[in-house]
Amino acid sequence: MVPKTKRVKHRRSQEGLLHAFPFLLPSLLGLLVFSALPLVISAFISLTDWNGLDELLAPGMFQEHFVGLDNYKNIFASKEFWQVLRNTCYYIVLYIPLMLITSLAVAQLLAKKRRGVTVFRVIYYIPVLTSWVAASLIWKSVLSPQYGALNNLLALVGIEGPGWLLDETWAMPAIVLVSVWKDMGFFGLILLSGMVSINPSYYEAASLDGAGAWSKFFRITLPLMSPVIFYVLIVSLINAFQLFPQIMIMTDGGPNGATQVMVERIYKYGFRYYRMGYASAFSWILFVIIMICTFIQMKCQKRWVNYDT
Amino acid sequence: MTLKRKGSTLLYYAVAIAVAIVALVPFVWMVSTSLKSRGALMSIPIEWIPEEPTLDAYRTVFERFPFLRTVGNSLFISVTYTLITLLSASMAAFAFAKIRFRGSGVLLGLYLATMMIPTQVTMIPLFVVMNQIGLINHYSSVILPSIFRPFAVFMLVQQMRTIPGDYLDAARVDGASTFRIYRQVMLPLCAPTLATLAVTTFMESWNDYLWPLLMLTDRTKMTLPIALSTLNGQYNTEYNVLMAGSLISMIPIVLIYVFAQKYFQNGIIAGGIKG
Repeated sequence: MVPKTKRVKHRRSQEGLLHAFPFLLPSLLGLLVFSALPLVISAFISLTDWNGLDELLAPGMFQEHFVGLDNYKNIFASKEFWQVLRNTCYYIVLYIPLMLITSLAVAQLLAKKRRGVTVFRVIYYIPVLTSWVAASLIWKSVLSPQYGALNNLLALVGIEGPGWLLDETWAMPAIVLVSVWKDMGFFGLILLSGMVSINPSYYEAASLDGAGAWSKFFRITLPLMSPVIFYVLIVSLINAFQLFPQIMIMTDGGPNGATQVMVERIYKYGFRYYRMGYASAFSWILFVIIMICTFIQMKCQKRWVNYDT
Repeated sequence: MTLKRKGSTLLYYAVAIAVAIVALVPFVWMVSTSLKSRGALMSIPIEWIPEEPTLDAYRTVFERFPFLRTVGNSLFISVTYTLITLLSASMAAFAFAKIRFRGSGVLLGLYLATMMIPTQVTMIPLFVVMNQIGLINHYSSVILPSIFRPFAVFMLVQQMRTIPGDYLDAARVDGASTFRIYRQVMLPLCAPTLATLAVTTFMESWNDYLWPLLMLTDRTKMTLPIALSTLNGQYNTEYNVLMAGSLISMIPIVLIYVFAQKYFQNGIIAGGIKG
């Protein structure tokens, strides 16, 4: 009978909390210190013209630097913000469809039970393992106009390649290509997990009806893996808004601002120009944009995501 | 084999190999470039395979930069980061999954909600705090955030909920304390998930850029990605040096991948790694 009374005791919430607390303590501290408090402080900083150098907790500091919503107004009034937003959207519009198509292709290739498929899986995943910094350096070298691999390969087939990262028109498409190259293995494997969980009897039934490979792909595979595709779209869109290391290493926002994006601006305002208030306001705008986009995606999912398998 | 099936096999391998080439060519280029001398970098026509391969670039990396130290920093930071994540997240997950207490659901929801906050929002206040308590250029500034990793908590809660309560009751009958149940029953049962998390967390920490960039500015304290980006500033067009550095930075993670492939796979399927 001892265990039973003990279990009943456990159900009493106060004692439960007492038991749970020591286990929760480290992560609760972390939540407070690394998430909740910074969030609140960031909101306050975004209302100031603080430069990041003066003592934050000095008396009168907040009154002295308080500027209300000026940072937000200035950001929305600046031409730069809209240019940066356009650049980010340009990246997203190119990146998301290309990434989705290549990852679907990767998943489709890896879903087949063919000889050598494990080798392909390892190879496709190597770009994912590489850090963004190393990958960006490698591609900076590959894309170097005169001495790089890509333009010299193109020259072999008689095409004169552009200046890529040094060319205002081609810099962003080049960043997109590199990002697709880096991410296709990652999202490909996520999509693969959705693809292999589809019940094979659907395909058998379709075969009996004389369906071809393409119609099977569009009529069965895509609809049945729509929840995974949805997940990939959510994650990749959030990641796309936070595009940063590849920009820093490959173009540093150039040429002529063609690859300036939101996080790059936040970083530079905060840590190069020491305008912490402005940078914080910028980061809140980014936060809100991400939330709105995620919300819209969630709302739209009913129309196309199919949860009954 | 019919002609049609032969054709589809051929098509499959043609596409699969083409994708593999696209994935690998940049790395082949990296190796080739890293073995070139400074002069050979700018020879026209370019040398696809260096005519006089040399290890000069590797020597430069190690001589002009405390690169061995950097590799050590990266290893130390990533290993401790991973251990703390596993410990803290598994403890929290145990509380959420196996101890009934008031507000458990709300609190877990709060943990998950913080995943929505982009790091860019919290990084400025955190930088300020780290700066004022003098933790900049301390490893701990990069390691400490590992204590709160909501995604790891979420993954472990999912796993722990599938473990039947009977195991725990059996241990309780034997008089085991809650801590012993966690340590000696729960952790071993979660070993596969923990392994997956370990691999993915290690990789994230190893490749992390933005936060270490802010925290580690001293050349002797830098992690590999930060050191590489510093090299990028210094040797902007000396691609042999940059490629040598990149190649060295890739070795440990590729080795781990080869030995722990299975866990990487599970990690991705759970959505655990950021690209």
